[in-house]
Amino acid sequence: MKPNDGIERTPIAQAPSPLEQPSDSDKIDRRAFLTRGAGMVAATVTAWPAPAAAAAADAPAAVPPWMQTPGKPMSNYGQPSAFEKPVARIVGAPYGAIAPGSGAARTPIHALEGTITPSGLHFERHHNGVPEIDPAAHRLLIHGLVKKPLMFTVQALLRYPMTSRICFIECAGNSNANTNLKAPQVPAGAIHGMVSCSEWTGVPLAVLLDEAGVDPRADWLLAEGADAAAMSRSVPLAKAFDDAMIALYQNGERLRPEQGYPVRLLLPGWEGNMNVKWLRRVKLTEGPTHTKDETSKYSDPTPDGKARQFTFEMGVKSVITRPSIGMKMQGAGLYEISGLAWSGAGKIRRVDVSLDGGTSWREAVLQAPIFSKSVTRFRLPWEWNGARVQLQSRATDEKDNVQPSRASWLPDYMPQQRYHNNSIQTWAIEADGGVSNVYL
Amino acid sequence: MSTFRTVIAAIVLAALAMACATSTTGPSSRPAGPGLGRDATPQEIAAWDISIPPSGAGLPAGSGTAKQGEAVYVAKCLACHAAKGAGKPADQLVGGLGSLATANPVRTVGSYWPYATTLFDYIRRAMPTTNPMSLSDSEVYAVTAYLLHLNGIVGANAEMNAQTLAEVKMPNRDGFVDWSRK
Repeated sequence: MKPNDGIERTPIAQAPSPLEQPSDSDKIDRRAFLTRGAGMVAATVTAWPAPAAAAAADAPAAVPPWMQTPGKPMSNYGQPSAFEKPVARIVGAPYGAIAPGSGAARTPIHALEGTITPSGLHFERHHNGVPEIDPAAHRLLIHGLVKKPLMFTVQALLRYPMTSRICFIECAGNSNANTNLKAPQVPAGAIHGMVSCSEWTGVPLAVLLDEAGVDPRADWLLAEGADAAAMSRSVPLAKAFDDAMIALYQNGERLRPEQGYPVRLLLPGWEGNMNVKWLRRVKLTEGPTHTKDETSKYSDPTPDGKARQFTFEMGVKSVITRPSIGMKMQGAGLYEISGLAWSGAGKIRRVDVSLDGGTSWREAVLQAPIFSKSVTRFRLPWEWNGARVQLQSRATDEKDNVQPSRASWLPDYMPQQRYHNNSIQTWAIEADGGVSNVYL
Repeated sequence: MSTFRTVIAAIVLAALAMACATSTTGPSSRPAGPGLGRDATPQEIAAWDISIPPSGAGLPAGSGTAKQGEAVYVAKCLACHAAKGAGKPADQLVGGLGSLATANPVRTVGSYWPYATTLFDYIRRAMPTTNPMSLSDSEVYAVTAYLLHLNGIVGANAEMNAQTLAEVKMPNRDGFVDWSRK
């Protein structure tokens, strides 16, 4: 659909695809950047090839070596190209050797396209490492305020009626680096990469609760994982009867260990932390349990010294992934702005892009299909004139929630408050083509 | 004409029925499960159920004082949380009282945590990170008492047990605003 805002647009099909056919030097530079990016160090590299290389400078082999020898045989489980090794999660382990499994590994959203996160690049956030669980020895217990407490084997769960949905999971602490006093000059994935999107398949939690028989006094449930932190969160029972899922599959295959194999709780649109991995126990309760991860953590202090507790829904949000830090513009010309938008409240209805730090906006094109509580890709062809710009994206969801500016989001919270930062990201693009993170 | 109307009505009804049958969002339309969960025994449930709500329901037998807890803390906790809960590399556990509404808020067990039961629950299930669930229930009571004592919440000789722990009123008990229905 053509937005009626009077702006000249080039059809997306005609826009150059900057990551297509990069020259060898581009690849090397990107790899170097991404390796450094893994160490959370800012770097500037060439990710956008110049629009038209002279034939003299570009001499591809008419018959490359891989056309002159048979290729590799079939394999049991395919892996990304060796040339894509640098596209990797960005690991942060704040406690170091004391608790190497406590921390996060972020999705390199700056190096990906489309909406589905490859399972091996889905962000990780663990509280004491990834357990290696033998599914035959794993059980799911449903008890508490139920008529009939039930114990399920994984094998049994696999025989239940299933449903699939595509949705995002975002850590409540995503984008927390943008609450630092100084704007971090690191890739988009290092700032905003605790959001990922998959197709999840499993059993509606409500089906299992029906079998256990809910006691009318129950209004919350406690979900507990089988990791070495026995991570646990309280969830209003209404969510179980809305869209909660006992997830068994991710992107068509069984869950990855880092995503909760063999069983995870999926609560679409809600804090990633509540999507309890390695789920072993669901206890129906009257009122919340007030676990450590819903009191001392994952609560949001406000300037008056109080704290918001149980702020489950992830706010409407977007981020431009291209261009972003680490990419260098190759002179004036036509580029495609590309990014991700999502909301825990429902579907993304609109994304606007600003080139002047939020003074004026133009509507981006949303790529179908658009699913509720899922990641939506937005795109906008852009003729860069080579002058400095301050690039922003602003998402609006179907409930009319609008992504706030950083300046309007910050004062709602206590200093150092690092959860639920859904504020607008600003990338400054200098006349030399360099990209940096600026606070507005 | 009436036949035509009947056919249309039948088609509409069939479409509605299909829509209901294929919808996976409404509670009325969710499928029945095959009933493959077995009854969980009371013994199993007792062994699995380690979560402790603010009421203290489910707190186990055993007890400990701050004096007893100091030895547990030094042996099991100090390496990460530093002497007397001062923190680093892991969280600061002591101090910060009255700081939450200032420009430099310090959130600790004493200044921020709303319930003492949460402390017992979390230490028992997750601490120490190198060997979780290795402390006896009395050791957990004791180290809980020690941290409460360091924060000036209970005396050095106060015994924490299934009765007394739930009675502890944390300084920031009323500091949280429930957003679960907002």
